[in-house]
Amino acid sequence: MLVLYPIANDLQGDCLSFPSLRDISWAFLLSVLLFVTPAVRAQESPYIVTYDHYLEEPGSLEVEYFSTFGTQRAANDYHAYWVEVEYGATAWWTTGFYLDGQTTFHDSTLFTGFRWENRLRPFKHEHFINAVVYVEYEQISEADKIMKEVEGHDVESEHGDPNAALGQNHNHELELKLLLSRTYKGWNVAVNPLATKNLSPSSPWEFGYAIGASRPLALKASPNRCNLCRENFNAGAEIYGGLGDTQSFGMHNTSHYLAPVVAWNLPAGWTFRLSPGFGLNYNSHRLLLRWGVSREFSGFGEMVSHLFGRRR
Amino acid sequence: MKPAFPPVDCARRAALAMAALLTFHVSCAFAQRQDSVEVKIDHHRHNQYAELANAPEEARAKPNPLADDPDAIAAGKKLFEQHCAKCHGTAAEGRKKAPSLQVEEVQRAAPGTLFWILTNGVVRRGMPVWSKLPEQQRWQLVSFIKSLGHSAANETEKKAP
Repeated sequence: MLVLYPIANDLQGDCLSFPSLRDISWAFLLSVLLFVTPAVRAQESPYIVTYDHYLEEPGSLEVEYFSTFGTQRAANDYHAYWVEVEYGATAWWTTGFYLDGQTTFHDSTLFTGFRWENRLRPFKHEHFINAVVYVEYEQISEADKIMKEVEGHDVESEHGDPNAALGQNHNHELELKLLLSRTYKGWNVAVNPLATKNLSPSSPWEFGYAIGASRPLALKASPNRCNLCRENFNAGAEIYGGLGDTQSFGMHNTSHYLAPVVAWNLPAGWTFRLSPGFGLNYNSHRLLLRWGVSREFSGFGEMVSHLFGRRR
Repeated sequence: MKPAFPPVDCARRAALAMAALLTFHVSCAFAQRQDSVEVKIDHHRHNQYAELANAPEEARAKPNPLADDPDAIAAGKKLFEQHCAKCHGTAAEGRKKAPSLQVEEVQRAAPGTLFWILTNGVVRRGMPVWSKLPEQQRWQLVSFIKSLGHSAANETEKKAP
């Protein structure tokens, strides 16, 4: 919807009869994404909050949409969503851009901000435990409810205020994560400690964690092409929560969640994910029902290079 | 006294001259870059299989546990088309982004070496890590890649008088 908004906006009034240059540009970009770049089978992990150490393949573009339905005690439930465009700049660097929004039932719909994430792989080879450095800058309002991570003293009641009040306060934050992960006998185990700093000088560092484990339902590929083969499904669980801040570190006065996760990888490059998350204490939302769809476009970088006449 | 050119003309001429100079410099820079790219290509060709030699002895010695699996090559072909063909080509003939896997260097390499390369990638040269595929699937890929040597040899034999 965020992508289509400018087009819808232009279609009002005088622009109804002739498409503007901007409309044509959007249509061109969408057609390039959908039809020109080849899609490949994604081999995505099922995690929604946790990251493993695998980066986007070089030159590949992944477009993702995720939804989170959250229940709220003593306030209105909400539907938060984000769109992410992720690009494999090199085999050791992946960069991504997020746009966040939310609808609180019986209240309003808000665009809540953007994030720019980078994942960098410092080591050449696989090791017993593999590390990737995650650096993200985010400019989001306090109405942001996507809960892509839980940090500091994040609690359910913070999401209870009306959007009009929450949407007025904007935060500039720097988020650092260490993505530790290992795959052994088909099982992937990933541990992500995180530290976040609101860039206003008086704010403390806040901490959080995410831990995930997952495994494909079949380790051997079948020789036949199939959509419903067990090898296309990847299932597991993740647990995530806050760890307080520099003034009050620990697992108290914050929220924690346990969420089974499942992903279905389709041959055309599509991946579907589903994850019902359950709050583990009274500070947590009772239910965070998350689902997402993503599509990977291989050779996007090469295609853009050709469009601009660069010969390699 | 009236100047030879009105000030606006002077500015326009100066801008044109600057643009021409800039275009010349940019084209020279591109030409130099092309030359240096051509020199580098030979060096690159020489080195693109060098990573095979970096596989540790222990990794090389690993036998393919699916060597006798009748489905391994077909499954490996399917996996290759899904994950590898976009860079290496549908018949592993090699493309701009990734080298041919039909060549002798690859076909002579031990299955364990190929498995090690798949597991670790050649990250600095743009090949991603493929340990996200389960071990069995990586061995299925190795089975398929090694089968390319047999099919190439068979074709050569058929062509021979």
